[in-house]
Amino acid sequence: MAVVNLPLVPGQAQAIAPFVGIRASQAGATVASVRSKMSRLPRILVLVASVLMLGLFLFPLWNVRLTAPQYPEGLGMNIRINTVEGATENDLNNINNLNHYIGMKRIEPDAIPELRIMPWIVVGIILTGVATAAFARRQVLYVWTAGFIAIALIGLIDFWKWEYDYGHNLDNEHAILKIPGMTYQPPLIGAKQLLNFRATSWPSLGGILAGVAIALAVAAVVLAWRERKLSLARN
Amino acid sequence: MKNHISRKTLLIGATIAVVAAGAFYSCTASSGGSDNVLTGNAASKVYVAPGKYDEYYAFLSGGYNGQIAVYGLPSGRMLKFLPVFSQNPETGYGYNEETKPMLQTTYGFIPWDDTHHPELSQTDGVPDGRWLFINGNNTPRVARIDLKTFETTEILQIPNAAGGHASPFTTPDTRYIVSATRFSVPIPNADVPISTFKQNFKGTLSFITADQPGKMDIAFQILMPGFNYDLGHAGKGPSDGWFFFTTYNSEQAYEKLELNASQNDKDFIAAVNYRLAEQCVAAGKAKTVPADYFHNVMDEKSRIAHSERKSSVKMLAPKDCPGAVYYLPTPKSPHGVDIDPTGEYIVASGKLATVIPVHSFSKMQRAIADKQFDGEVQGIQVLKYSATLAGEVQKPGLGALHTEFDGKGNAYTSMFISSEIVKWKLGTWEVLDRMPVYYSVGHLMIPGGDSRKPWGHYLLSLNKITKDRYLPTGPELAQSAQLIDISGDKMKMLLDFPTIGEPHYAQAIPAELLKGNSLKFYKLADNTHPEATKAEANGGIRRQGKNVHINMIAIRSHFAPDNLEGVQVGDTVYFHITNIEQDWDIVHGFGVMGAENAEVIIVPGETRTLRWIPKTTGIFPFYCTDFCSALHQEMQGYVRVSAAGSKVALTANISARAKAQLSTAQMLPMKPGHDMNERSNGGR
Repeated sequence: MAVVNLPLVPGQAQAIAPFVGIRASQAGATVASVRSKMSRLPRILVLVASVLMLGLFLFPLWNVRLTAPQYPEGLGMNIRINTVEGATENDLNNINNLNHYIGMKRIEPDAIPELRIMPWIVVGIILTGVATAAFARRQVLYVWTAGFIAIALIGLIDFWKWEYDYGHNLDNEHAILKIPGMTYQPPLIGAKQLLNFRATSWPSLGGILAGVAIALAVAAVVLAWRERKLSLARN
Repeated sequence: MKNHISRKTLLIGATIAVVAAGAFYSCTASSGGSDNVLTGNAASKVYVAPGKYDEYYAFLSGGYNGQIAVYGLPSGRMLKFLPVFSQNPETGYGYNEETKPMLQTTYGFIPWDDTHHPELSQTDGVPDGRWLFINGNNTPRVARIDLKTFETTEILQIPNAAGGHASPFTTPDTRYIVSATRFSVPIPNADVPISTFKQNFKGTLSFITADQPGKMDIAFQILMPGFNYDLGHAGKGPSDGWFFFTTYNSEQAYEKLELNASQNDKDFIAAVNYRLAEQCVAAGKAKTVPADYFHNVMDEKSRIAHSERKSSVKMLAPKDCPGAVYYLPTPKSPHGVDIDPTGEYIVASGKLATVIPVHSFSKMQRAIADKQFDGEVQGIQVLKYSATLAGEVQKPGLGALHTEFDGKGNAYTSMFISSEIVKWKLGTWEVLDRMPVYYSVGHLMIPGGDSRKPWGHYLLSLNKITKDRYLPTGPELAQSAQLIDISGDKMKMLLDFPTIGEPHYAQAIPAELLKGNSLKFYKLADNTHPEATKAEANGGIRRQGKNVHINMIAIRSHFAPDNLEGVQVGDTVYFHITNIEQDWDIVHGFGVMGAENAEVIIVPGETRTLRWIPKTTGIFPFYCTDFCSALHQEMQGYVRVSAAGSKVALTANISARAKAQLSTAQMLPMKPGHDMNERSNGGR
């Protein structure tokens, strides 16, 4: 923590120092011998990635949109880290009402435990990301990035599984419209025709921010990897 | 240096990623559907120049407004609004004394109904333009509209019935129109637990004689299992003599039908050999059962409606007339049943089915002969599905409701859920074309498209939902009709127009067959209304206890008499107004201040009566409501209302013209039963 490898002019270092949580007095110090430490840029990238993740508390992760001939204006569903809500006030309720024809169970955010855990996971990613930037160790960055990607993948798989569950586990006893062989799983990403509805599913701003955060983390890893090779070459 | 470049590259790369994601996001977010269906010369195809006539009269039911709207096609211009089962304050229909009896039922005076299916009378299976029939779904009734006058002239209540939905479809010779029960109820109706549905609830199929105006009656009813009878159509050609009705809720559910009536994979089409049923009735196999119903007829000469209460019908049980009724299993909750112009194919549109099944009449005949039965429902043989099936249209769309035909071997089916018209070929069952419609089409209509000879040029799609199609008008929006050109291989959308009320079904007929018959006015000389005033001098006022009768003429631009005194609070006043014009389109109206009913519109030659009960003393103006002439604003008068028991004499003024008539000749025809001496003309 005390020693950083920032081969830059002191003024620049001081400018960014408050962000990365290092003492300005130490910012100009150079200890070339510590090869496991990262340079400034990957750390900034990790820090920015962590800050971007705060956006997940503001913007939905994913958006599922349903349009049909008689729904030219469409119905929408926003998946946030802590809830599922209609794109407009009554959309979720209207989607649930329509889904009763095919025997799909009601989408109730309270029945999805992941939505209670996810905010804490995101908080964890952010805090560990800030710590990674502060800590400045390449190995920590690698672990953090790998963990981040793993969590994102698990999240997507989990989302897919929920979609599968809603689309396949239909209440056939109470379904009104039963079409043999028909299931109603919306796509994870992309568009799909489900009877008269066209379901499109895309990352929303929160999901895009998370994607950008991952991209920045990967960029940081690449930079750090190169730095390591460079420093190895110098020695 | 190399390191720096690669860092920059990475940063630029990351920035591009963000921008690309953003663009991608905004792209998907704004992917709305905007379409331009009007292509080529659609506008010129529906343009009817000012002063020119449309090719077709189209009659669109008004649904829950209880009326009919008449449009011209292809322009979509509305020509007339025809009151049928609902009071119409615009004309006074159902408000004036002459037409009130039209709305009389055993439930009392019912001022509203729900019109669904206009049906033109036919000769040889082709619309002939004599009459239009329409059903009232709520308090089951059928009405006849005379297409010479475009007026409702007859209404028959359907006894032993609830929900007259499968109605009033006609036989090819208009011998019968039918009415089948949407709701099964105890027959005769009785106070029973709803849960005894299966034991107590029944349906009825009513065959109503319709080819004699003023003489509609229930020829016989067939007592059916307690399913919901949804729609019907008569056979034609080889299938002439048969009638086909769809049923749903063969589950016999009586609660949560949405779910409970959607369980069976197949419901039925009831095939009724009505000629055989007719013979059974003639042979005395039907029981005469008590039935309470009204028959209301507008007298042609007096233009006064009269009600007759009837008390029995002939009820035939299918088991007493073997061979009269068969059930054809049909997937799934079938709605429309439509017979192709050749009379061979019976097309069923299953709301929840994934195919459009088509039965063959000849196969049905063979199946009956070969006894290819698949069980029995309450004494009715069920034929094997495979034995009657001609073919199935695969993947037609979603939510099939109705089918009509173009007479060129093609069928067109409306798809409610997928909101489209699907064109397919009879015999090969292949889908040929699809046309999206906006939105959620119910019925579709081709002029003559349910008959033996369709005029297969246009198709009208009657849509339930309009949402964003027109300028928004608050939460309640219009339904719509869309006109499609079906003369070529591919359907072409021509026109889109909002409608009055909810058009369920429609009928259309070439204008040439109707326009020459249209009456221009009623002959005053033929007016047999007992309160008619045929000459200005014959007007007046008279008292019968608490009732005051005012006889008045209307002619451009005055009423006569136009000053009336001696009316008292507590009196009931009857204004009998005769329009003595004998000229085309010179209509007068009459409105009086404080009338609790409506105005009356009086067409030339007719007499209309407005009942008015003044509540306070004072002067009450009345005036002509239909802008009739240059001095329309001068066409007005006053009634003086005095306190009860007042000494003010009962007087009506005499116009100069009336005076001249009285002085030059005392030979004016007196109305029967109304001696001039009985009337006060102000003692002058």
